[in-house]
Amino acid sequence: MEENVLLTARGISMTFPGVKALDNVDFTLRKGEIHALMGENGAGKSTLIKCLTGINDFEEGEIHIQGIEGPVKNRSTRDAQNVGISTVYQEVNLCPNLSVAENLFIGREPLTKLHTIDRKSYNKRSAKIMDDLGISVDVTQNLENYSLAIQQMVAIARAVDMDCKVLILDEPTSSLDDEEVEKLFNLMRKLREKGVGIIFVTHFLEQVYAVCDRITVLRNGAFVGEYPIAELPRVKLVAAMMGKDLDDLAEIKKEQKDYSKEPMEISAKGLSHAGTIKPFDLDIHKGEVVGIGGLLGSGRSELARCIYGADKAQTGTLQINGETVKINQPIDAMNKGMGMLPDDRKAEGIIADLSVRENIILALQAKRGMFKLLSRAQQEEIADRYIDLVQIKTSSKDTLVKQLSGGNQQKVILARWLATNPDFLILDEPTRGIDVGTKSEIQKLIVKLAAEGKSVIFISSEIEEMLRTCSRMVIMRDGAKVGELDHDLSQENVMKAIAGGES
Amino acid sequence: MNTKTKAKKSFNSNTILLVITIALFCVLYAGGCIAYGSKGFTHFQTFLNILITNAGLICVACGMTCVMLTGGIDISVGALIAMDCMMLAVGMSKGIGAVPMVIIVLLVGVVFGIFQGFLVGYLEIQPFIVSMAGMFFCRGMTAVICTDQVSITEKINATFYKWANSKVTIPFGGYTNNKGKYMVPYVRPGVVVALIVLVVIFIMLRYTKFGRSLYAVGGSAQSAAMMGLNVKKIKMGAYMLSSILCSIGGVCYCLNTMAGSVTQALGLEMDAISSAVIGGTLLTGGVGNVIGSFFGVLINGTISSIVKTNGKLASSWPNILTAALLFVFIVIQSIFAALRARRK
Repeated sequence: MEENVLLTARGISMTFPGVKALDNVDFTLRKGEIHALMGENGAGKSTLIKCLTGINDFEEGEIHIQGIEGPVKNRSTRDAQNVGISTVYQEVNLCPNLSVAENLFIGREPLTKLHTIDRKSYNKRSAKIMDDLGISVDVTQNLENYSLAIQQMVAIARAVDMDCKVLILDEPTSSLDDEEVEKLFNLMRKLREKGVGIIFVTHFLEQVYAVCDRITVLRNGAFVGEYPIAELPRVKLVAAMMGKDLDDLAEIKKEQKDYSKEPMEISAKGLSHAGTIKPFDLDIHKGEVVGIGGLLGSGRSELARCIYGADKAQTGTLQINGETVKINQPIDAMNKGMGMLPDDRKAEGIIADLSVRENIILALQAKRGMFKLLSRAQQEEIADRYIDLVQIKTSSKDTLVKQLSGGNQQKVILARWLATNPDFLILDEPTRGIDVGTKSEIQKLIVKLAAEGKSVIFISSEIEEMLRTCSRMVIMRDGAKVGELDHDLSQENVMKAIAGGES
Repeated sequence: MNTKTKAKKSFNSNTILLVITIALFCVLYAGGCIAYGSKGFTHFQTFLNILITNAGLICVACGMTCVMLTGGIDISVGALIAMDCMMLAVGMSKGIGAVPMVIIVLLVGVVFGIFQGFLVGYLEIQPFIVSMAGMFFCRGMTAVICTDQVSITEKINATFYKWANSKVTIPFGGYTNNKGKYMVPYVRPGVVVALIVLVVIFIMLRYTKFGRSLYAVGGSAQSAAMMGLNVKKIKMGAYMLSSILCSIGGVCYCLNTMAGSVTQALGLEMDAISSAVIGGTLLTGGVGNVIGSFFGVLINGTISSIVKTNGKLASSWPNILTAALLFVFIVIQSIFAALRARRK
């Protein structure tokens, strides 16, 4: 082991039922460095961290820790703490109803001669700990009286005071504002000077470049590489995370049509939902397909949910066909001619125990209201029409949806929304997890719908798909709309825009 | 970095709740004094009588508070008290001495508590279900021991009878009755036991590791586990403590009623829970203390006492008043919770 290496993980593999979550992953953490662990959602970041902290039981590979002979295998977070690995999660794992000092010392309180807790002593020690870290708080106050940022720092202070050598910060900044993030970074830098090795997991690219020394990238459970920060500019980082090699990208050209002359279908001004999406403007014209690009978790779905009322917009105005409307919940949006296919079709879309027919008429029935029931004949007619239109492969229209393949389930939801005859359709990852043939069918259908004058928002992780179908792309980063591309749509340009900053 | 990060210190809602509880007790009591002063409500002894009647409930409420702090509940306590009283009554009428019988009752409480605590803590079964089963078990066992009402008379056990009828006098606050005789105020030994329990549990909750870990588990069981506390053991401890305190309360209760009966202490668990809630303990756990619960018991006792002194009101009125109070308190609590959420 190198002199200054704190922790090495070699060849870590782990399988969840049916999925290889980690495949031969290496990771090295050195003393006094802040090491970013990057990857898209599902790349295996959390799984790797859980292997380090003893929550997950990995099958292959070894973890070595400085100062400890032989491989280390943690069985619980407590074991991990004993070998010097502490973790601070996004949601703070402290007790809000206890004081700051108690949170620092609970489970290891100093005792008086009478075996009661020595409050004075731990209040004093807590004050000193917080002072040393440059956090000024009244340690006798309950934790819940402080902001999330301070709570997070208390969690870090607890970890540091428990002699941790390796500090894992798992998405610590997700719920902090800019000023709080800066405070957290100062604390991280301070700890780096003290020789603590910090593993920083985040999906904010800026933050990686603001504070980290080194980056390890994972993709689909596999190790992509370890890079010093200076050698991995943003675009290359995005390329590494997405698994695209910029040099190999084939240019896909698409005929441009100017939609700006077409009448406006949807016009959003300053819409936002606290905690998920910052205020954005968005205009969509009739017959236009607009793609939303960005990394997973950048706010793509959240933007759509905000327009649709699934997350009620807290600021801004929305115009549909030039008329200002108030959308409090999805049914309002439906009544204004919108439809949305959610990205999590298991949880939000499909009702597995109902038949294909029932699933298809669901949205239409909801739009009509519960007292205007569709007759059985109407239902069957609608079901037949859309099974044919989107080519659902099912033995009959009364087959239960759960018996269909994933791609066909997706088509059922698509049919459901088409049955409401929307003018404006939001499709969030309609092609995820389905075979290539069905993907291209869905893409063709989108283009066909647009040609009929419907407007579509199309969200996909596959940039190529959007390039093929969209005339314009909105770029999202860190929960905000950061730009639009309406000409020179190419994979390279889109990825540059997603990465942001200078490439 | 060294910008002062001030806690939003405006007020501590938990302290305010306690103050409201105490103030409410004072108002109720003062109201009773004004309305029924002529019927002797102003006498110090009236207050002491509330303590005497509710000595058992105070012990039970202390235990209930500890369980509720962890976010749990123990509805077996009323039935356990009935079983305790029946065991005492039948045991002593069979000739077993008072001291061995009390020890047996306390041991039964320990075993019962370990069993319930194991189910809740280690097998992670819902506390409501566990203690409901415990409730049926105890109520059933009471009837198995004896279906009749068994009284403890001087003939059955002189020692126990002596305990029940001895007075602990208080050197102040007496009054001269209309026959010109000076009445010395007194409490029964049960009250002394209850007050000792109260003080011990108060100190335990505030100054011991176990006490603080009850709050931690109630605040967030997951966090407590992450911080290295043994949540299962702590939960088990809480239910053990509740059953032990309940058995101590059972002895106090028996000293007051001097009888064992199947229908005894019916709904006492609800009195204990309502006292704790009125005293500011949250059902969700993590907030509350026994001083509040003590005043909760006193408030319930005062209401009963007022209704009894009035003499014309139906005996169901205390229930309705308690319901109104509970309603007011949970509304106040949720207002505070909403305020706290808004401050974030």
